[in-house]
Amino acid sequence: MKLLTHNMLTSHVKGVAKGYPLLIKATEVKVNEVEFNPQFVSRMIPKLEWSALVQAAEQLGHREDLPAELVPDYEKNEEFLKKVHRALLEVEVIEGCLQCPESGREFPISRGIPNMLLNEDEV
Amino acid sequence: MEPTVETNVKSVRRSKDEKKVLRKLLKASHTLLKHEGIIPASQPTKSLVVANGGLGNGVSREELSAALTEMGEVETLVMPRHKPYAFATYRSQESARKAHMHLNGEKLQCGENSVTLYLSYVDSVPCEEEAPSPLPEGLVLVEDFVSLEEEAILLAAIDWSSTNDDVTAQKALKHRKVKHYGFEFRYDNNNVDKDKPLPAGLPEECLPVLERCVKDGHIVTMPDQLTVNQYEVGQGIPPHVDTHSAFEDTILSLSLGAKVVMEFRHPDGRLVSVLLPERSLLVMKGESRYLWTHGITPRKFDMVPACDPQSSAHTTSVRGTNSSLTLNKRGTRTSFTFRKIRHDPCHCAFPSACDSQGVPSAPSPSQPSPPLLPCCHADAAQLEEEYVHQVYNAIAPHFSSTRHSPWPRVCHFLSSLPAGSVLADVGCGNGKYLGVNPEVIAVGCDRSSALVQICADRGFQAFVSDALSVPLRAASCDACISIAVIHHFSTQERRLAAVRELVRLLKPGGRALVYVWAFEQEYNKQKSKYLKDQNKEHPENHGPIYNTSEDRQLADNYKPVDKIQDVSKVTNGKLSVHTNRTAFNTQDLLVPWHLKEGKTRGEGESKGSSKIDKTKVKYKKTLGNSCSTSSVRSNTRSDGNTGCDSNMPSGIFPDTSDDTRNSDDTTQTSSLSGELSKSENSPAPVFHRYYHVFQEGELEQLCVQVAGIKVQSSYHDQGNWCVILEKE
Repeated sequence: MKLLTHNMLTSHVKGVAKGYPLLIKATEVKVNEVEFNPQFVSRMIPKLEWSALVQAAEQLGHREDLPAELVPDYEKNEEFLKKVHRALLEVEVIEGCLQCPESGREFPISRGIPNMLLNEDEV
Repeated sequence: MEPTVETNVKSVRRSKDEKKVLRKLLKASHTLLKHEGIIPASQPTKSLVVANGGLGNGVSREELSAALTEMGEVETLVMPRHKPYAFATYRSQESARKAHMHLNGEKLQCGENSVTLYLSYVDSVPCEEEAPSPLPEGLVLVEDFVSLEEEAILLAAIDWSSTNDDVTAQKALKHRKVKHYGFEFRYDNNNVDKDKPLPAGLPEECLPVLERCVKDGHIVTMPDQLTVNQYEVGQGIPPHVDTHSAFEDTILSLSLGAKVVMEFRHPDGRLVSVLLPERSLLVMKGESRYLWTHGITPRKFDMVPACDPQSSAHTTSVRGTNSSLTLNKRGTRTSFTFRKIRHDPCHCAFPSACDSQGVPSAPSPSQPSPPLLPCCHADAAQLEEEYVHQVYNAIAPHFSSTRHSPWPRVCHFLSSLPAGSVLADVGCGNGKYLGVNPEVIAVGCDRSSALVQICADRGFQAFVSDALSVPLRAASCDACISIAVIHHFSTQERRLAAVRELVRLLKPGGRALVYVWAFEQEYNKQKSKYLKDQNKEHPENHGPIYNTSEDRQLADNYKPVDKIQDVSKVTNGKLSVHTNRTAFNTQDLLVPWHLKEGKTRGEGESKGSSKIDKTKVKYKKTLGNSCSTSSVRSNTRSDGNTGCDSNMPSGIFPDTSDDTRNSDDTTQTSSLSGELSKSENSPAPVFHRYYHVFQEGELEQLCVQVAGIKVQSSYHDQGNWCVILEKE
């Protein structure tokens, strides 16, 4: 699971009002090099919940110096885009779990795949 | 004077009663002749058939015997299994005559019920001998394994007072009470959460018993899971095989409190009833654990061998001689089933019943008939679990190998999305659409973890989730696709909920593309590829050229089609099994998938995906045109319908693979000579997937029920109904 995916995922447990962002408890994290495409990254940024990305990168120990606030004119800031690229697309959680911030329900991540299935009584 | 009057009245009444008895007797003997072939003797004999005095009527040997011996000495009493009559042979004809005279029309009290006996003379009593069936292989019954004292201790160790608790995962099931220790056995997926042990380990009261099991060599390692079932009189458990992937080979089961008859069934139809006396230990290993189902018929009485202490060593199999059977009223029975959690896939020698080897674990593998069309939410979820989710997990590698070419019109939709769009593919399968437009931010999800693993191996971002509850933020997607997914939901409400969930994900202005399989496989006089591919087997029937897809651009005010033809939905409420590559005749059906051998068995994911690539290359060689592949079928089947029958236990029959999931889901199986001969030699499992095929207009009608969207366009594409929705 890349942090890009994490940025989109939310807890969907029945009755949970604020299930976003999911907390990450990782036991195995990998960094895989991905070809840098500045245009793709800058198009992605407005789709993100910025603070969730920063928090997730922080939890994995890969925040580096990602700023808490989105910088203005990031389209032209290649250095910044590279940092975002790394956090969003290169850091991957292989094993661990995602935790609903409200209910505490954990969703396992195994072989890089989050299993978000709910039990019958949670839907 | 008075006494005389009384006598007269009585005699009149008696003669009335006698007439009634005679009438009933004639009727009874007629019924026996007609249904059982029992011919009454024309002259009095020593033998009588006693109508209504049978085990099948709830009459026990003891009760009948007591009534009969009042009339004289009974030489033999034969009580055939399950029959509502018995045969008695008296030592003398005089006794028989006496019984015939006095017992005819008499009521016999049996427990709370009473039956009226009707007796007729017979010349001969049918041969009651029946060869006793041997116990299923691997089955051992140890009588008196625990003492009365231990039995009491074990029963006292289980606290049933709370109705539901999490510590032992206590549940009140429909037909019995159950508690789990060590690990919870989940009835929704018939498996255990191996990484979620329950807080309560095995009760310590069990340890001495378990240690004795190990010492006596009944089991090699200590079990770590206990399921306690409590059956009240009249309760039972459906026939089942304990999930192979969940538990190791040996299963131990203690019967406490009361005896019961457990039925073991082999897929070939053999049935062995085994009496489990109280305090006995049942050990199931090998064939009896992996292949035979076991179950307890819900009833109040069991037919058990009549009390005969010398033969107690043989009471294991109830199928002794009929003459020795009697009824046993059940009592409250508590069973302790000890199992060892399995951590590796099962490699047993019974792949036809093995979920580790490709067969979906069903609650009742011996389920004799197709499922019913669900009428409530829980039934629907259960049906989909069994006939959609488990099947896709089991066939994932093979399925994926037949799903490599994206459909052109789906690609067209994806390519039309602006760069940087967020796309969710809900029901992404093997991820064939996730990489079509590299400029979009694509994420996929699927209910099948096996399919999502294939996506991940291909480097796509995907997660496991249900289409009714997608864990993505509302209004986070610019586009969603749902390709060949919604037709797997088995009620209208659930199909609607699936559309609603897609719409929830969309941003205002976002668009969703939905494909479902069409009831109409012939549209505008054009047959879909799904049907046409059958013609390849019969070139003389070759239909017109295909490639029809009629667009119906719709105005803003889409007018739903309000009369959807009412095709017969189901036969007798049961889902019918579709014959591959024929027109549909119902909307709710089961579609067979013939698994190619070697596609799931023990293959690791990486190996699986390399296999996919290999198959792909081979396809390209065989296929003709464009990105739609055509089916190359081996023609080894004499009848296209052979074996498409869910009555088949575990769905096994010799056939080459023939997938038919979706018309232009560019089916097909490769019939490569090597694999073909292989699958001819070893039977390929058949799986049945549930589908609801949509009639013209039905998809649009479904979508317009969701507020805040409009149907932008809809079309028929190769046997699919398709819509593009836009969120307002």
